[in-house]
Amino acid sequence: MNLIPLFVAIPLGASFLTAMLFKLHRRVADALANIAVFSILSLSIYMIPQLAQHGPFVYEVGGWKPPFGINLVLDGLSLFMLITVSLISFMVSFYSISYMEHYTDKPRFYALFLLMIVGMNGVILTGDFFNLFVFMEIAAISSYALVAFGTWHEELEASFKYMVMGCIASSLILFGIILLYSRVSSLNMADIAMQIKNAGPSVQWIVKFVSVLFIFGFGLKAALVPFHAWLPDAHPSAPAPISAMLSGLLIKALGIYTLIRIFYSVIGASVQIVWVLLVLGALSMTVGAILAIGQSDFKRMLAYSSISQIGYIILGVASGTPIGILGGLFHLFNHATFKGLLFLNSGSVEMQTGTRDLNKMGGLSKVMPVTSGTTLVGSLAISGIPPFNGFWSKLFIIIGLVRGDHVWLAVLAIVIAVVTLAYYLKIQRLAFLGELKKGFEKVKDSPGAMCFSMIALALICLGIGIFYPWFKSVILNPAVEVIRQGTNYATMILRR
Amino acid sequence: MIAYALVIVLLGIGLYSIIAKKNLIKIIIGICLIEYAVNLFIAMVGYRLGGLPPIITKVGEQTKFVDPLPQALVLTAIVIGLATTALMVAIAVRIYARYKTFDITEIKRLRG
Repeated sequence: MNLIPLFVAIPLGASFLTAMLFKLHRRVADALANIAVFSILSLSIYMIPQLAQHGPFVYEVGGWKPPFGINLVLDGLSLFMLITVSLISFMVSFYSISYMEHYTDKPRFYALFLLMIVGMNGVILTGDFFNLFVFMEIAAISSYALVAFGTWHEELEASFKYMVMGCIASSLILFGIILLYSRVSSLNMADIAMQIKNAGPSVQWIVKFVSVLFIFGFGLKAALVPFHAWLPDAHPSAPAPISAMLSGLLIKALGIYTLIRIFYSVIGASVQIVWVLLVLGALSMTVGAILAIGQSDFKRMLAYSSISQIGYIILGVASGTPIGILGGLFHLFNHATFKGLLFLNSGSVEMQTGTRDLNKMGGLSKVMPVTSGTTLVGSLAISGIPPFNGFWSKLFIIIGLVRGDHVWLAVLAIVIAVVTLAYYLKIQRLAFLGELKKGFEKVKDSPGAMCFSMIALALICLGIGIFYPWFKSVILNPAVEVIRQGTNYATMILRR
Repeated sequence: MIAYALVIVLLGIGLYSIIAKKNLIKIIIGICLIEYAVNLFIAMVGYRLGGLPPIITKVGEQTKFVDPLPQALVLTAIVIGLATTALMVAIAVRIYARYKTFDITEIKRLRG
């Protein structure tokens, strides 16, 4: 299918054109970037009926057949991730039109932003391990530069910390890929899956060691506890649209999607790996929630909440039952929408009031109606209140855990859901309700582009919550089917 | 066998430098050492005993070549390592302009 490489080619071309042509007119960068991201969004929505009719697509780069060439694979899971990435990227890119006005160098921001989208789309589509590494590095290096974009004290410090930990993880991932190559002499995911299925004990031993390296490397990219230490510094310090992209998309595309793809489609989920993922998921869920309660910085609390919700997603996917996997993937999409929404709200509050400290804010709902309304929607959605989308995804994860005989993990998930509600109510009480603090009378609400993105994301939260059967059957079920097929992914690609 | 063990030792030296050193530049050098170790490992994986460089001189001649694929991977990995190092040094320069020091025990505004 010749449309698949466009997902990588369009943002790449737009990024370089933005970097070259931004001197023509003040708004060239905005227009070019938003048109590129909107075309990616429409392309991914166009592929939904195509995928339902024709089945998974495989595109061989340069015409070289697998296992000799690199192939790009579009199956249910890839399309689900592509839709998530393009939808949230479009909202964030529209929001950045107004938000990034008070940073210098907006065109180069858009160039780096589009490069990050290139990296994420490449990771989602690829069927080759080294290609995965290259695209992962493109996305990661762009994100290191974007976290440091404002070049104030905290942004630089956070970016350096993030970069050191990210580089160690990437080097260990490359080490693992090469160890695997040394045994199976192939870099193609489908070919490696076939070889591991029919393999002897020497390959099995290397696969176990490489699994550990991958859990460390991709777990650090996904910010699973105990590899999470970079996230509470990097996500608050970045500019608000980049925080939304990092928390909403990057940790999922680079971390969770790659873990799912490698451990379900290539290596095959054995009992030990599933137990490791369950333990890491439960640990992330608990530690993230408990550390979030005591925070007084708005964005730092949202960052710890991200760690907690990623724990939910991993628990859902590793629960081993179809409804648990459905819940995990649904929570992935939902978390991208409501965490993106909450970070965009925090950016709006920061831009208008000049502070992120919750103790200094108060009563903002009187002067900023759009921001406070959408923050309320986001907080209720993430805490799992019906009829928003978070309720259904958390319900499916808990049911999946119970059916998979992990009753104590289900109880823990319910307790942490209550804790989540507690700290989001803390944000509501401190920032938006109550008396308007003395310096804030002149605060107005945000400009139009920012309000459009926030209202659109809030409507998506409500709409997906009400119309979730449609979403489940059209978009989620093909993705769950890919995970349940497991290593049959290989026969699907190599048979062509 | 000794060569592979030495690669792990190089990895360990780089890791020690990242963990135990207080100067930002030494941490960057540690990351470069880890990248060198991984690149060296990739190149060594392709070696075959008695193999020639993988260049075809006469068409149809059957000789034993070393594996050329890891050599291509190493070139890509070196370029990625260069981009990472360049970005890290740029950020370290900006950190010095803001904090006036390279000492990580004094660059500690983010806590909790």
